[in-house]
Amino acid sequence: MTTTPDHPTFARVKESFPDKKFRATEFRGDSTLVVEPGDLHEVMQFLKDDESCKYDFLSDVIGVDYLNYPAKMPGRFGVVYILCSYERDLRFYVKTFLDPSVPTEGIEEDPALVIDSVTDIWAGAEWTEREVFDMFGIRFKGHPDLRRILLWEDYPGHPLRKDYPVKGRGEREMYKVVDRTDA
Amino acid sequence: MGIETALPTDIVLTTQLQRVINWARRSSIWPIPFATACCGIELMATASSRYDLARFGAEVMRFSPRQSDLLIVAGRVSVKMMPVLQRIYQQMTEPRWVLSMGACASTGGVFDTYAVVQGVDQFIPVDVYVPGCPPRPEQLIEGVMAIQRIIDEDGIPPIGPGGKRAPLGIAIDPSHAPAPQPVGVGLPKG
Repeated sequence: MTTTPDHPTFARVKESFPDKKFRATEFRGDSTLVVEPGDLHEVMQFLKDDESCKYDFLSDVIGVDYLNYPAKMPGRFGVVYILCSYERDLRFYVKTFLDPSVPTEGIEEDPALVIDSVTDIWAGAEWTEREVFDMFGIRFKGHPDLRRILLWEDYPGHPLRKDYPVKGRGEREMYKVVDRTDA
Repeated sequence: MGIETALPTDIVLTTQLQRVINWARRSSIWPIPFATACCGIELMATASSRYDLARFGAEVMRFSPRQSDLLIVAGRVSVKMMPVLQRIYQQMTEPRWVLSMGACASTGGVFDTYAVVQGVDQFIPVDVYVPGCPPRPEQLIEGVMAIQRIIDEDGIPPIGPGGKRAPLGIAIDPSHAPAPQPVGVGLPKG
């Protein structure tokens, strides 16, 4: 894996999108490109198609909630895309930040927590994006089938948000009881 | 071979029907494994030759609730899984017993989160709890033997409030009326 501080993809992205705002970080050999949510789809398409990038495999899509995080972050929610290139033998991280506009306790649809789906670029993003939606309530525009994937459909929250109580809000107690006469 | 070689062949033994039936039931407990976690591995070890659950007549793991007597809940049960467990319990035929194996099935264990049921006994009846994380096969065998002791005290049909199980209402008064047969049913003569 070529993960030196001068990751070749940084230079390619910078020269191809001269007027877009990016940030880049390095941590223990892993290179992360931070993009604005609006630019995400275009940049991802470039990373897939560009001859010197050729990120042909999307390993995972991950949500992060930075509520009460000790460091100052560009937004409360992060969405991380882990890219691999089998052709160029590269690994690359793309990250974008979102800020909620409505209270995050419930399952209310938040117009600020929407980004473009990358399922049209990598079909394998379908289930991972569904998981991010299930756990964080971040919606993916253009996703073919954006339903909850792990929890059941009428679940009253997005449990990996940091303001969601770890013991839940009574979901595990509210259930019918079967006794010995039930058959 | 057994006791029959020591006894004269032409004798009559008297006993209670209840004892004979309980003896048969306790000696052929067919468990259905509801194994969702590491307790299931210990359950498999218990059935293996080293611990040999067959000594207690419980080696026939049935994967159909209709054919099993003992539901062994081995492992944590998520809230999403609970309706499946309840359906399996409801599909089991009487007489039936439930063994909650390990800390997770009995109390939720360390998984004190929104998604995990904090003890299956909140939602289905449980007869025996086996502690441990996971329990050793010896402990599970002790649990099966505890089920056998419960069976020993059972009545026919089991009495509700004081006994271990509720009356078999479905067997005493069936909820359906059999329709009259349109033609006579019998063996052809000749």
